[in-house]
Amino acid sequence: MKSVLRQLAVGAVTLLLSSSALAQEPNKVNLGVAIPAATHGFTGGIVWWANQAKKELEKNHPGLKITVKTAANAPEQANQLQDLLTVNKINALVIFPFESASLTKPVAQVKGKGVYVTVVDRGLTDTRAQDAYVAGDNTAFGKLPAEYLAKRLNGKGNIVVLRGIPTTLDNERMDAFNAVLKNHPDIKILDAKYGNWNRDDAFKVMQDYLTRFKQIDAVWAADDDMAVGVLKAIEQSQRTDIKEVFGGAGSKGMVRTIIEGSNKLIQADVSYSPKFIYDAIKLTAEARLKGEKLPANTIIPSVLITKENAKDFYFPDSPF
Amino acid sequence: MRPEPHPRASLRVRALLQSFGPVLGLILLCIIGTALNSDFAAVDNVMNVLTRTAFIGIIAVGMCFVIILGGIDLSVGSMAALIAGAMILVMNKLGPALGSPVSAIALGIGFAVVLGALFGLGHGLLIAKGGIEPFIVTLGTLGIFRAYLTYFADGGALTLDSDLSDAYSPVYYASILGIPVPVWVFLAVALVGGLVLNRTAFGRYVQAIGSNEQVARYAAVDVGRIKVLTYMLLGICVGIATVLYVPRLGSASPTTGLLWELEAIAAVIVGGTALKGGSGTVTGTVVGAVLLSVISNILNLTSIISVYLNAAVQGFVIIAVAFMQRRRK
Repeated sequence: MKSVLRQLAVGAVTLLLSSSALAQEPNKVNLGVAIPAATHGFTGGIVWWANQAKKELEKNHPGLKITVKTAANAPEQANQLQDLLTVNKINALVIFPFESASLTKPVAQVKGKGVYVTVVDRGLTDTRAQDAYVAGDNTAFGKLPAEYLAKRLNGKGNIVVLRGIPTTLDNERMDAFNAVLKNHPDIKILDAKYGNWNRDDAFKVMQDYLTRFKQIDAVWAADDDMAVGVLKAIEQSQRTDIKEVFGGAGSKGMVRTIIEGSNKLIQADVSYSPKFIYDAIKLTAEARLKGEKLPANTIIPSVLITKENAKDFYFPDSPF
Repeated sequence: MRPEPHPRASLRVRALLQSFGPVLGLILLCIIGTALNSDFAAVDNVMNVLTRTAFIGIIAVGMCFVIILGGIDLSVGSMAALIAGAMILVMNKLGPALGSPVSAIALGIGFAVVLGALFGLGHGLLIAKGGIEPFIVTLGTLGIFRAYLTYFADGGALTLDSDLSDAYSPVYYASILGIPVPVWVFLAVALVGGLVLNRTAFGRYVQAIGSNEQVARYAAVDVGRIKVLTYMLLGICVGIATVLYVPRLGSASPTTGLLWELEAIAAVIVGGTALKGGSGTVTGTVVGAVLLSVISNILNLTSIISVYLNAAVQGFVIIAVAFMQRRRK
């Protein structure tokens, strides 16, 4: 019993000492990273890039400590925020919120304790809870494929669309896509159904599109995972009317297909790389080490990937 | 005191109506589908629907046994995903070593079915010998299986090597006598399932345990052994379904098989099997599985309903069909 008490006391003293040491050195950054667990390709990439950032940045900056936490759902992530604050004693936070609304309060509390907060991708419902916001460009995610397909089809033809999961993010992309095609009255969007960012669902939806529409010129699969299912369905039907399948997000498989030119239906993609978590961690850590702030909003641009520039978007070690 | 006119005849009519509930529902849906889009009844579309039903249908046949037994298995979707991933890893390893893709695929298929049986054995032992509720055991393994797949895939996707994929793809895409291979397998599994349930001692024991476990025990039925075997049977069905699933996309990712457990359970219940166990039919289950696929097919072939409401339509039909046969015990 006594030894337990002694250990506790020693632990408390060490904690006190270490936290006061931290307070004395203003440019020491103890950065927490809270991200969703790897449950599908994209979040798999998020986790991989976050760990990559920890490895590289901690090596380059001796004053930097990074703690990465992955959560399977919103309540778990909220708990982790408390742990990061009380156990890990962070003074900066980079968070990819699991959900916007339910994480706003917990993040605001962390910020209230003096922690510098950078929010990534999924925004919070109240921006006062954050210092900086870093995101991928969802408008470009919908706009670039629409412009590209309009050009490829010479302004005339039939397009079918596969959407993700019903979310505001998906709506933003779809709206941007529609807005461009409004200027091309001879291009018809035959239908847009949900494929849930899932290969199997996309396969089924595409099979049914192929049954229903006799002439399809292009497919906006709106995600590289869904494009995999779409390609299989087209291959099975042996239809030759489809000229182009446009995925999205720049997964390594699709980028490799573009580099190799191994599928004539896949000629281009739009970047929306999970690497933005790496960029967000790097920007935040380096700014804080200098005692600086980030701009309120940083948009990591989405870029059209074609054979010419595909090499710059190919990361063979990433799971995504 | 009103005399009931021919109670027996009315009972028989009702029983008939009830057992034909799902069939009636299916016929009704097919009429609606054809009215909405003439391509619905085209051979290609019918084959598409039946082929994609094959996975859920085969799993549902196994699930039908487990539910009749009075149990449940929530893990089948995750189990299918993990078996698919493990099978791809094994085949990718064996492919170059064996030199011929066909033998690697044959070994992969055997591996998938054995792995399914082993997972089922684990479930059965934990439930029958360990005395844990099936709901809890399989809720646990639901998380375990999917987590291991995500771990093996490093959060991304496991993809079959391309020459293996080419050699394997006929298992999903080829047809025999104009009917795709998965549909044949589905038919065979359903036929064997029906025979085992209705014509063997094992099938009778399953039904006896489901209607009253205590009585079955007094009747000297080896309840533990039957339970273990039933869960193994489901595991084998999941293995077979996976064997058909892998050649479709040649890959497995953490979203593979998501919510399949609910689709399989829904197929069994829509097919007239009581969730509390005791009675049910394989035919009903097959009809239930096809019915669920037909709904989503019709929704994809038309655009009269807001895409946001697709899942709601499915829900309404499930409840409506279950309502039609609510008095069935």
